[in-house]
Amino acid sequence: MPSLGDALLLEVHGLTKRFPGVVALRNVSLTLQSSEVLAVIGENGAGKSTLMKILAGVQTPDAGAIRLNGQTVRIDSVHTAEKLGIALIHQELNLADNLSVAANVFLGREPLRFGLIDTKRMERETLPLLAQVGLDCSPATLVQDLSLGCQQMVEIAKALSVGARVLIMDEPTSSLSQHETDQLYAVVKDLRQRGVSIVYISHRLGEVTELADRVVVLRDGQNAGELSRAEITHEAMIRLMVGRDLSQLYQRPSHALGEPVLEADKLRTHANPRHALSLTVRAGEIVGIAGLVGAGRTDLLRALFGIDRALGGTIRVEGKKLELSGPHDAIEAGMALVPEDRKQQGLVLGMTVRPNLSLASLLRDSSRGFLNHAAENEIAATMIRDLNIRTPGPEQTAQFLSGGNQQKIVLGKWLAMKPRILLLDEPTRGIDVGAKQEIYRLLDNLAAQGVAILFVSSEMEEIIRLADRAIVMHEGRITGELDRAACSEEAIMRLATGNLQHTRLP
Amino acid sequence: MKKILGILGLLIFVCSLTAIINPNFLGASNLFNTLRWTSLFGIISIGVAFVIITGGIDLSVGSTIGLVGTTLAYLLTVRHVSTPLAILIVLGLSLLIGLFHGLLITKVKLQPFIVTLCGLLLYRGAARFISNDQSLGFGSAFAGLRELAIGKVPIVGSVTLPLPLLIMTGIGIIAAVFLHRTIYGRYLLAIGRNETAVRFSGIRTDRIVILAYVVCSLLAGFGGILFALDVNSVQPSGLGEAYELYAIAGAVLGGCSLRGGEGSITGVIIGAAVLRVLYNAINILGIPTMLEYSIIGFVLLAGAITDEMVKRYATKRKAARELLADDSVRSDEASA
Repeated sequence: MPSLGDALLLEVHGLTKRFPGVVALRNVSLTLQSSEVLAVIGENGAGKSTLMKILAGVQTPDAGAIRLNGQTVRIDSVHTAEKLGIALIHQELNLADNLSVAANVFLGREPLRFGLIDTKRMERETLPLLAQVGLDCSPATLVQDLSLGCQQMVEIAKALSVGARVLIMDEPTSSLSQHETDQLYAVVKDLRQRGVSIVYISHRLGEVTELADRVVVLRDGQNAGELSRAEITHEAMIRLMVGRDLSQLYQRPSHALGEPVLEADKLRTHANPRHALSLTVRAGEIVGIAGLVGAGRTDLLRALFGIDRALGGTIRVEGKKLELSGPHDAIEAGMALVPEDRKQQGLVLGMTVRPNLSLASLLRDSSRGFLNHAAENEIAATMIRDLNIRTPGPEQTAQFLSGGNQQKIVLGKWLAMKPRILLLDEPTRGIDVGAKQEIYRLLDNLAAQGVAILFVSSEMEEIIRLADRAIVMHEGRITGELDRAACSEEAIMRLATGNLQHTRLP
Repeated sequence: MKKILGILGLLIFVCSLTAIINPNFLGASNLFNTLRWTSLFGIISIGVAFVIITGGIDLSVGSTIGLVGTTLAYLLTVRHVSTPLAILIVLGLSLLIGLFHGLLITKVKLQPFIVTLCGLLLYRGAARFISNDQSLGFGSAFAGLRELAIGKVPIVGSVTLPLPLLIMTGIGIIAAVFLHRTIYGRYLLAIGRNETAVRFSGIRTDRIVILAYVVCSLLAGFGGILFALDVNSVQPSGLGEAYELYAIAGAVLGGCSLRGGEGSITGVIIGAAVLRVLYNAINILGIPTMLEYSIIGFVLLAGAITDEMVKRYATKRKAARELLADDSVRSDEASA
């Protein structure tokens, strides 16, 4: 049980929440002291987001009690939560990006003068808040002109302006650069000094180790354990999250490489037309593209897959030059792409698992344009079994599955096409540790069968574990290549921040 | 399926109520005419449903009907073009209209609302221009052709069905098979929900969307021929006016979501029928015809509200049922 100090701020007891088809939370309890950074971790689908949404008034629990300063409270709306001093900084930011920083901070509470918005006063009062979060920009700046990291600071400033005492941060660093992440750490530590309590949700164990005073672990919607400051280690956290030991986690076997399958020569993308990009992926090889967000990695994959037309250069598959007028041409050549944003680009969320799995192969399996129901059901059954997709059945709506299972559907859709080249963009973003290992194992099996794999990842750990070879990009160009032996976090970081590699690898 | 039962219930309710108040509703000629009109509107509603399922809209249907009807009358009565050729020309014209809309929407990336609103204005103006805004009557010279719109098909004994009903049924069956049994129908439904994901899956979504607009305009054009023959005299400024709203209303009442990705042909036909029966009821029950739009608006609104309520109730009940039942259900976070 958590120690009950006298500075107990928030107490959650026996929270239960169900959604159609799933139990998101079952009898979950936690406590939060004032001036504490509490990390809540767990695999995707463990119930973290639901718990936070309940605390922030986005959803209401089916059972359980919440006490704030010893008083039982009912948080039935975001408004109530705000009044109680609880603010949620969403994973996806909730800013009106066509408005100024000040207008966002004061959204819904604009100071008025003669019935009109008093812009001057609003901007004046925003300034000290920006200083608090270390944001160096004018309050009149449009939010759309700020980087993601700065936008997040605006969200935090907004929460502070309504007097938040509990700040819930849901995966705050998921799209930040290293520099912005460091800045965020500083702000979090500073806020703790000022007496603000922070509930910090993250998949990144490194930052939990760095920031957290205490860790609460959820698994399958239940409390799985708790770690005090002294007990926080990667191993301990993973053990509680997945319920098994690290040693069982993925270790990559090495395997033989075949002939070059995918070759790009002096490719120029729309985003970075100044830089010509060349790369080769061999059969059975897994190549990782590392770099910071915005380095042009996604643009490269999009050009390879024919989503955006390349401005120059050539793409060859098994030596044959490709003319890509769209993804259909790339698919015909044996390529597949697991895109960056599975909800927007990978899945038809409102449809069920079956049509999502069969979407890419419908044409191949059809006869004279008619659906082949038998083939479709077969694909659904095979993929659900082979990829271990946890769903009540093929007729479950995709939107109700966890991130890991959704990603497996996207993968399954392509595996049904038996691709020879598999492109993946952040294949495990927002996916729990367990599903991550399953995907790693799957990619390795595919490589062993001779599939050429090219993936983009912002997690250096993932690149190091998975890739036979890493290509590092910085601001639109390839700054270097690292083979397995040379691939370390330091080496990747050096190239990713723009230090060109002088001695190229053989 | 439940949605279809709901709208079917509404249809039965409106029919019964009307029949009870005024038994003349069930008179042979009244039923015949109501069925005939339902069929004409059903045909254009099916077309609009295709577009709505992709998440688009077509506001030009009424003007397309006007232009096709006027052109047909003009070709036949002024230019004395042969009947098959005239029909071929006007169907070709409506196909081009659909192609024009589809290309502007997919290639130039204009919004469907704007494209088809401009179409609404363009085609109405064109219809009035080519006819010099004069009514064009078919007279009695095209009685054979008119059978398409007013023909009676004997079924058993003295019972006859309107030929348009059979035509609509045929079109409906083809449309339903297309939507639910072919890969293109699947693409159409999927595009309505997430065009990007479908495109990223290697499907040439542009072609599917263009196809939807072509089908819509083609059916509007075909409907235009029937509507023109039905009245036997074409008013260039009036033929088909506001019919796009009936078509959209029918499709929506029949279960198409304007957000796209949802809809069934059976539902759309029943939706069109509800509107025609309402129209008929207003006439035979002595309700002031001035109220026609208001009543249709009211029913549509009530339908939308009921649909939303039923949806919420179903979600709640499902959650409650699971709360009570099986505690051993694997917990998994809903990505709500």
